[in-house]
Amino acid sequence: MLAIIVMAGYLFLLLAMGLLSNRFFKGTAADYFLASRGIGPFVLLMSLFGTTMTAFALVGSSGEAFKSGIGVYGKLASWSGIIHSACFFLIGIKLWSFGKRFGYITQIQFFRDRFDSDKIGIVLFPMLVGLVIPYLLIGVLGAGTVISKVTAGAFPEAFPDTRGGLPFWIGAGVICLVVLAYVFFGGVRGTAWANTFQTIVFMVFGVVTFSVISSELGGVKNATALVKEHNPTRLKRAVTEADMEHYQQRLAAYEANPEEAIIKPQKPHAETQLGFLTYMFIPLSVAMFPHLFQHWLTAKSAKSFRLAVVAHPIMIMIVWVPCVLIGVWATSAVFDGKPVIPPGFTNPNAVFAVMVKKLSTPMLGSFLTAGVLAAIMSSLDSQFLCIGSIFTNDIVAHYFARDRLTDHQKVLWGRVFVVLIVGITYALGVKLQGARGVFTLGIWCFTGFASLFPLVFAAIYWRRATKAGAYACILTAAATWIYFFAQSGYGADRGYLVFGMQPAAIMVTMSAIAMFVVSLMTPPPAPATVAKFFDPPASLSVAKREPSLSGGRA
Amino acid sequence: MKHFVFALIILLAILHQDFWWWNDNDTMVLGFIPIGLAYHAGVSIAAACLWAMAVKFCWPTDLEAAVDPESAVDFEAAPSHSADGGSAQ
Repeated sequence: MLAIIVMAGYLFLLLAMGLLSNRFFKGTAADYFLASRGIGPFVLLMSLFGTTMTAFALVGSSGEAFKSGIGVYGKLASWSGIIHSACFFLIGIKLWSFGKRFGYITQIQFFRDRFDSDKIGIVLFPMLVGLVIPYLLIGVLGAGTVISKVTAGAFPEAFPDTRGGLPFWIGAGVICLVVLAYVFFGGVRGTAWANTFQTIVFMVFGVVTFSVISSELGGVKNATALVKEHNPTRLKRAVTEADMEHYQQRLAAYEANPEEAIIKPQKPHAETQLGFLTYMFIPLSVAMFPHLFQHWLTAKSAKSFRLAVVAHPIMIMIVWVPCVLIGVWATSAVFDGKPVIPPGFTNPNAVFAVMVKKLSTPMLGSFLTAGVLAAIMSSLDSQFLCIGSIFTNDIVAHYFARDRLTDHQKVLWGRVFVVLIVGITYALGVKLQGARGVFTLGIWCFTGFASLFPLVFAAIYWRRATKAGAYACILTAAATWIYFFAQSGYGADRGYLVFGMQPAAIMVTMSAIAMFVVSLMTPPPAPATVAKFFDPPASLSVAKREPSLSGGRA
Repeated sequence: MKHFVFALIILLAILHQDFWWWNDNDTMVLGFIPIGLAYHAGVSIAAACLWAMAVKFCWPTDLEAAVDPESAVDFEAAPSHSADGGSAQ
């Protein structure tokens, strides 16, 4: 019951925030979709971080560390610290400046202008929306499942099928309604405020939980020493013959006398050098996330990006290091003479929840649940809004209304689409609850967005990039994604590699080659287009020339 | 300086591949963080420091000036320093 009170209080706060942000709403499309491009450095940092860190950062990182050891941090977190900030710096600021100068709201508007192609949106739209929807589903599925598990036992008579917990359809429904409310009323401003609040919540409770769990395990040194004793390979990335021998011995000892051995050893997992290296391609996906593009455009000035560029790697570290350690400790944690994670535990994503439930207080567990929901919702809201924005601005306003919609009509359409998308996602979530394949599909979405990285990079930095090159890049990305996804058994093979590399490495390379070769084979873009995106505005050229003249005179 | 900062970022990306810690589970930083994890936490901190340098030394002032009138004033003032600097050479 405590968990329900804490969650209800938390969701009420979010609703209040959404309604409050509505009081600042100016009634224009630019305000609804981009907060009138007035978001400052701190809120921008928090909304970018909250959007890129899904529930995977809290729950999945511990689960992966439990399965494969400390290598998960280097593969996912430290690469992200380098590459995400690079994308903010090299891509985000440029796109923000184009957005502000030419009034863009969506990625497709930018690409249509840059490549002089009205139809590029028709090719890009299904790919972007198709890759975002599984993300949305992951959020809804995660939220419904978490609420159902946390409330177990609260309503034994009303919901005996779920061991007294709120059924999935109620939990997911409540989360969808709360997110819908603050996105509907507050637009991107409501989303940014909610993300800021939610990011603080999941960071603070993550760190507090880490300290409570480590204390219950007899201190941080003792927790690590237990891992060294029972599962030493979880503390490194290589597996030697000696490690395998140690594992076999421990396993034999456990099988001979489980009560004395206590911990059943985990099978060692080795990271390959090439697999580890090619993980660097996956974080490139942030350059093409449509929901991140929308957040970039909300920045008040280019200077607003500075804090996000610098602080993002540190924020990742603050969230990930404790979660990875908790996951590694879980392999060998003993409490009251018994293993915290029972032998034969098959769901790594539940490791974090079990550790919290067994090693912390109910109150902290409730707050941490609110933190997990915060991580889920801070990604869901941006994705709902961005799809509503793409439908409104790129499809209805551009193709059907021929860019003649008024501001009021755009806001209205935006809200209608947000309601529809939330409704469809919720219905799909209820239908697909318990389907594990959806989570795997989510991982492939990162790869899909990453494969489009050469498109945005060339659009910004290569004058010679042409319309045909852009189409070739998009089609190559789509074709390779479909091919490798099918080769992996539609995500069934979770460790699928191509020549020992992440598929993203091959896909990014191939789409980059397609962009490069086809652009060179086709006529260069119109001089006016090149001048629009690569030459400084006339007023600036004058400003630039004047000092050089004075310098010449000196 | 701009090239130097970007070279450092590329160097950090190369140093990310820490094959020398691959098989080390004996060295513990602060007595509880395995060196393979502590090193990569250090990579995150180094990334933040390098991006802070990029913000300071490689900031696209002209880009800011192109869309922000206030920055445009700064921009117009900034090159005049370089013009002075040029004359001092």
